[in-house]
Amino acid sequence: MFLINCPFCGERDQSEFSSGGEAHIVRPKQPTELSDDQWAEFLFMRKNIKGVQFERWNHSHGCRKWFNVVRDTSNDKIHSVYKMGEKPPVK
Amino acid sequence: MKNKYSIFSLIKNALSDHENWQQAWGDPEPKKEYDAVIVGGGGHGLATAYYLAKKHNLTNIAVVEKGWIGGGNTGRNTTIIRSNYLWDASAGLYDHALKIWENLSQELNYNVMFSQRGVMNLAHNLQDVRDLKRRTHANRLNGIDAVWLETDEVKKFCPIINTSQDIRYPVLGGTLQRRAGTARHDAVAWGYARGANEMGVDIIQNCEVKGIKRNGDKVEGLETTKGFIKTKKIGVVAAGHSSVIANMAGIKLPLESKPLQALVSEPVKPIIDTVVMSNAVHAYVSQSDKGELVIGAGTDSYVSYTQRGSHNIVEDTLKAILELYPIFSRMKMLRQWGGIVDICPDASPIISKTNIKGLYFNCGWGTGGFKATPGSGDLFAHTIANDEPHKLNAAFNLNRFVSGDLVDEHGAAAVAH
Repeated sequence: MFLINCPFCGERDQSEFSSGGEAHIVRPKQPTELSDDQWAEFLFMRKNIKGVQFERWNHSHGCRKWFNVVRDTSNDKIHSVYKMGEKPPVK
Repeated sequence: MKNKYSIFSLIKNALSDHENWQQAWGDPEPKKEYDAVIVGGGGHGLATAYYLAKKHNLTNIAVVEKGWIGGGNTGRNTTIIRSNYLWDASAGLYDHALKIWENLSQELNYNVMFSQRGVMNLAHNLQDVRDLKRRTHANRLNGIDAVWLETDEVKKFCPIINTSQDIRYPVLGGTLQRRAGTARHDAVAWGYARGANEMGVDIIQNCEVKGIKRNGDKVEGLETTKGFIKTKKIGVVAAGHSSVIANMAGIKLPLESKPLQALVSEPVKPIIDTVVMSNAVHAYVSQSDKGELVIGAGTDSYVSYTQRGSHNIVEDTLKAILELYPIFSRMKMLRQWGGIVDICPDASPIISKTNIKGLYFNCGWGTGGFKATPGSGDLFAHTIANDEPHKLNAAFNLNRFVSGDLVDEHGAAAVAH
């Protein structure tokens, strides 16, 4: 339970948002050329980090926009928030 | 040799004010080398060690645990045991466990308080009715007892349920597995620890794994807070922290770790003598032998290792509970807690070898691992000892995420995830 500072609406309760999981997993440019191992990596394998993690969130009960969050999963503390397409901050 | 627990030992120790009970398991320092090391001293890890020693004669082994045994999800779950899963592979796995549960107290000479009080799963909409009826048929084809109950039969089986058709989630029927039930979670860890220790297994508590030493594609040992332990076989049973250990070995797993919550009420006189689960509203209730209502809620949607979880999740669960059981409206909740569960994309576990020789993972049990404890330990021990899976856990390999041969129990297994 924590607050998320939506870059469009400001600080709101986490329950207004939906988690989109790990950020910066790029969809393969040439899906037809992917091996089964590469598909598994893209679809299923996750870092699942205990510590600072880059992740996507959607303000699903607000502006419904996607953005990125840098959060420490060991204590739910949010380090920074940045918009889609922006460069991730250096840890 | 450990003393056998019996009515006579109880009387004998009562006469000496219970001051002379033998220690149930030792507290050794780690040796330099073991034939195999199990990482994680929860129910599954201790069961694995127990069956490695008992069935595969591997007694020069150790269980390393970063806290105290049974202090993780083993001591945090809602103790529900059932095997009414949809797919053949899952039915085989969970019913194997249920059959071991039925004789576990005798086998371990330790009362795990296994109580076959039945588990009832409620249907709240027409899709639930179709899904649960289909699952009942699938269960019966796999030799698992299951019956469909109409709404009046649900009311008869558990009279305190509100079966009015005017509520937000009306009860349209339910399924019942009579062989299912509950057990005492701590006793399972303690019983397996005592049994394993008696056969020579070292149980090393307060020993956190800090690194896995690899030589090419083979494991050589573990770096721990109590020094380096050399071993050729490592079985990782670290639940929510499986990915953390996998990162140490340089591999990735298809897991996400999320908080799952449960809570208990103040103790009251016996009011509910079964376990009732509700898929659609994600609320489970049973009553412990102490009289507390044991209530299970859902997981949070985000990755977190905080062992607490969000307030809105328990709030939603309690709203649903109050509508289904108006009699609980003035109950007070005593404790609420969270455990970190590792969830696979197909909501089925992984009991598998990896690409690294000597490294095995037993993880991904998600929200429902407790029920499988004995079966999981038995099959994981088989996999480690023979370097090959048993036929019952062959489908639960890590490679299924590459081949696409998933065991999709999302929703189908009587609980939504």
